[in-house]
Amino acid sequence: MADVNITVDGRKLTAPAGTLLIEACKSVGIEVPSFCYYPGLSLQGACRMCLVEIAKMPKLQTACTTVIQEGMAVTTASDTVHQARKAMLEFVLQNHPLDCPVCDAGGECELQDMTFSYGASESKLIDFKNHKDEEQWSPVVFFDRPRCILCYRCVRVCGEGMDVWALGIQNRGALSLIAPNQDDHLECEECGMCIDICPVGALTSGAYRYKTRPWEMNHVSTVCLHCADGCKTTLGVRRQGSGNQIVRGDNRDKSGINGDFLCIKGRYAFDFIEHPDRLKQPLVRKNGTLTPASWEEALELVALRFREARDTDGGASMGVIGSSRTTNEENYLLQKFARLVLRTNNIDHHRTADFPAFVNALSGRAHATASMRDVLSAPAVLLIGNDPTYQHPLLAWQIRTNVRLHGARLYVVNSWPIKLTRQAKEFLQIPEGAEDKAAAFLAGDDSAADALLTSKTTREKLAGFREKLQGEQNLVVIFGSELRGQELAALVRAAARGAKYICLGDHANSRGAADMGLYPDLLPGYLPLSEAARFGEPWKSVPQQPGMDLEAMVAAGKERKLRTLYVVGSNPVARYAIDPFALAETFVVVEDLFLTETADLAEVVLPAACAYEKSGSFTNTCGDLQLLRKAGDCEGVKPDLEIIVRIAELMGFDIQQLAPLDPSGMRADFGESRGVQSGEVDQQAIWNRRQGYEPRVSPFNPFAVLKEIQRVVPGYNVGQLELLSGNDVHTATAGRAPGKTEADRFILPSHENLFTSGTLGRYSDVLNRVIEARLRLPNEKEKEIAAD
Amino acid sequence: MADLVSHPDEVRVVSKRFGEGATDIDRYLALDGYKATQKALTMGADAIINEVKASNLRGRGGAGFPAGMKWSFVPKQSPKPKYVLCNGDESEPGTCKDRLIFEHDPHSVIEGVIIAGIAVDSHQGYIYLRGEYRYLIEIMEKAVADAYARGFLGKNIFGSGYDFECAVQTGAGAYEVGEESALMESLEGKRGIPRIRPPFPAVVGLYGGPTVINNAETLANVPHIILGGGEWYASLGTPKNGGTRLFCLSGSVNKPGVYELPMGYNLRKMIEVAGGIWNGRKLKAVQPGGSSVPVLTADETDIPMDFDALMKAGSMLGSGAVVIIDDSTCMVKYALRVMKFYQHESCGWCIPCREGTDWLKKTLIRFHSGGGVRRDIDNIQYLAENMLGRTFCPFGDAAAMPTISLVKKFRQEFEDHLEGKPCPYEDHGKIEHLPVLTAWDHRTADPWAQAH
Repeated sequence: MADVNITVDGRKLTAPAGTLLIEACKSVGIEVPSFCYYPGLSLQGACRMCLVEIAKMPKLQTACTTVIQEGMAVTTASDTVHQARKAMLEFVLQNHPLDCPVCDAGGECELQDMTFSYGASESKLIDFKNHKDEEQWSPVVFFDRPRCILCYRCVRVCGEGMDVWALGIQNRGALSLIAPNQDDHLECEECGMCIDICPVGALTSGAYRYKTRPWEMNHVSTVCLHCADGCKTTLGVRRQGSGNQIVRGDNRDKSGINGDFLCIKGRYAFDFIEHPDRLKQPLVRKNGTLTPASWEEALELVALRFREARDTDGGASMGVIGSSRTTNEENYLLQKFARLVLRTNNIDHHRTADFPAFVNALSGRAHATASMRDVLSAPAVLLIGNDPTYQHPLLAWQIRTNVRLHGARLYVVNSWPIKLTRQAKEFLQIPEGAEDKAAAFLAGDDSAADALLTSKTTREKLAGFREKLQGEQNLVVIFGSELRGQELAALVRAAARGAKYICLGDHANSRGAADMGLYPDLLPGYLPLSEAARFGEPWKSVPQQPGMDLEAMVAAGKERKLRTLYVVGSNPVARYAIDPFALAETFVVVEDLFLTETADLAEVVLPAACAYEKSGSFTNTCGDLQLLRKAGDCEGVKPDLEIIVRIAELMGFDIQQLAPLDPSGMRADFGESRGVQSGEVDQQAIWNRRQGYEPRVSPFNPFAVLKEIQRVVPGYNVGQLELLSGNDVHTATAGRAPGKTEADRFILPSHENLFTSGTLGRYSDVLNRVIEARLRLPNEKEKEIAAD
Repeated sequence: MADLVSHPDEVRVVSKRFGEGATDIDRYLALDGYKATQKALTMGADAIINEVKASNLRGRGGAGFPAGMKWSFVPKQSPKPKYVLCNGDESEPGTCKDRLIFEHDPHSVIEGVIIAGIAVDSHQGYIYLRGEYRYLIEIMEKAVADAYARGFLGKNIFGSGYDFECAVQTGAGAYEVGEESALMESLEGKRGIPRIRPPFPAVVGLYGGPTVINNAETLANVPHIILGGGEWYASLGTPKNGGTRLFCLSGSVNKPGVYELPMGYNLRKMIEVAGGIWNGRKLKAVQPGGSSVPVLTADETDIPMDFDALMKAGSMLGSGAVVIIDDSTCMVKYALRVMKFYQHESCGWCIPCREGTDWLKKTLIRFHSGGGVRRDIDNIQYLAENMLGRTFCPFGDAAAMPTISLVKKFRQEFEDHLEGKPCPYEDHGKIEHLPVLTAWDHRTADPWAQAH
């Protein structure tokens, strides 16, 4: 668009035509205050804080609703404007209680900031302020009407942003109030966006309120450990006892791929960390009972039994199960441990998407995957299967926002009219389980059409749908785990001009686990075992036979041929409904946060740190790589990285070959124990040493492992500077996964929804409270209403 | 049915069928009914607009915008349907003229809507009635049904090949909905909150289509202009202020009521038309255009009642509601009464109006009952002046302007209430203690409304 020249306070500036005056001013650092204006949401013009003088206009104009015009002369710093701002604050403070000392928002309140900047230092008010008691709308949302300044941000973000429309406005005039549209409570996705977007303390979080003052916290930007979308979450941490406690999750650092967005899990579900059932001490089975033991005792036992098994029956008798929730560094190290230390390819993980087939189909097109950011800007999106609203909340947000703000065209193929069909330009409802047929049809196979016909889906509709898609350029194609193997490949190969793809996995690092080679037949980067040598000298010893997958390991266990099973952050017994007796003769070692069904069978259970308690990196389902930064501490646990290395060391392996010791690795890095903003020496580690406690700081810098990953794993040689700056970097799909054309039959979708998250979800107090509130039986009053 | 008043000085144009039984369609036809529509169908759009422009007909809702010009802003071509809207949300305190039109001459409004529709090539009209005017809905709906039955509305009206549909709609009762964009929101079924402008309704209005929206009285004048000619109509008033106007004379007069007088009629004579000040009292002040305009003191009342003269005098002609105030009235209480109205009716959308009216009402309640302090007087003026021109819609101005004029012109009366003195106009005086407001709970009645 053509540029427009305007003058603001005597400064000339240029901005694209159609820019709002408030944004144009912001672009050159001239602040125009506002409450109700929020980029990306509809315009309100309600708070009147952004009034400015515009030459030739008789009255002050709102900068948030004025589109710049050529030659416009604007004054933002005159006495008139200053007086208008001051008066507006006086008006809004008329009924606003000055309870800042007990208000959650105190210290990070936009009204406070503006009052300091533009407000009057004394009040003209003599009369009473209006009062209304606080209300609780859901387990996590509290509303304090007197503090509300009616900027309607919450109403808009809930409606326009989330497409939930749970909030509305009742009454009028000074009695106006924000209220749930559903009687007296919220029936919503509990995303907490309304709380986060509230400029004052009117909406407060049931999980955070009254816990701390904002200035008592450090803020650590890390990556959410729940679903596979990779939202950046800013954890507020506070020194508590002997370590850092996470007290809040939000997205105040809007720099991440998620921008404004966080769902309920990203915002609240870090609380499993403090669950009383959290494992904080190694357990060793003695006389049939898991008994607390010291780390030395436990690790030495594991190393001893592993070495025995390896040296007597060979690596073929040992299995390793990795995790889709541990970091790339840990996954890389785990498969390296299996292949170099245990000398086995018997390694697998909980697979939630057919990434090998995806990579195989993409061979030669390393840049044909879409990043999460692409979904926000693509002109058109095709979604096959999955229900992103519940399984990939950020993806759904990106799609909705793209449709709303950029007019993107959304095509949905699903067996169910999922919520995103509201945004869809075209919706193709297909019979349940026919997603693969739909993919084949869209890829050009007309014979697949028969399997797609329903009462609503006719042949004409199918043909028209395909034709429209073929007309789309730069389409982003998103599909769930319903698509595997050949149909997936057909769809990807049918690629129209500039199409990009996203294959949806389910867990925070499902993609990373696959990329890091947690497969019995694939090395990191989906390389075949025959290419092991390219990883370095020691890799030449990696066995060339594919190892056992999970099913084969269990079968081997039944035949008493599996001597050891090392399970890191996974719960296969529950997920795959494995017969517990299958592993009766196997020496099972489990690293986990809680005593899971699998841990319950183990000989040794090692308490692990969760992703919020360590540094490292995650790759989201799109292939966007991001750094994790350590936020919280949990006494007694160790990161998996350290545990793996310690076992290797106790087994007599030269750990320099396993994990290159970085010179910087010997001190606490990334604010390992003090939060990222601390540049101080690690007093915690010194204190621990004085008290005779184990240092909780890993001796290994995960970044040294990341450096190796970047060097050797195809597609991961991305810019370090971007990563260190806290940005997401899209990895290339440079691997080939040769021969991976058949559907992966071990894929087991996690079937999570907004309020569940595997084992972690079970131990999250907030998620449980929300689920209970939603399930609660209607009380008498509600029955009456229902009867009306 | 309200009693009708009359005076020899009246020039009856829009009120000429009042009391003639014109709600009956046959009676209306006998009184030249629907002739204007038939004539308009033969005239063509441009000729109609030119005739209305020539009449100098200015909007009767309050702003006084020339009607013909408004119609000419509507784009000729539009991908979306165009609409004609009759604003019958007559809510300004003191204003009761549209009510009489709906009650006595409903078909003239329908005719006005049809003619405006022909002028802008619209095929859908809506007559929006104020939520509180329940009893008029039946009259209007019957009139519309009768017009449909005779083929005056619907497909191929009067056999002309022109289609025009019309419907009567009502709101939930809100002064704010008198604002044209808020009325459209309400008509679309949403909260009655004004829209950001531009775009203006002539370009993006009801359901996003180009919309002509006029006051009921404005539209009721249109058939007479079409039949009598624009020049004839213009000659009834003063230059730039064509025609006659329904003036709603109320307050301290002997014969309050709605009188149709030429534009530019002298205000003092107007008070005499209404039978003079009652009870031998003296004139103290006049609010010449409804509750939202600055008051004129008795000395300022020798003035022609048209848009321009009043603007020059620092007030406004507004909706034609002339409130006459005698010397037994406490102007502080008057200011309070006005502010109670605005506090109650503020839609709450923007901060200065929502909080300003609430604050002013609280202060004035306390002040009038003797709890005022000296800085309150300046503060009342300060608050009103800071609302003026800064609110989302003109509502804030409407609340601020009379308040500012009352403090400026009657400051002494405010001073007389200071230092705990009882109101000099009332024999009892006690400080009203404000309750802590708990009225947000929508399930309980508003204690403010009950208390005052």
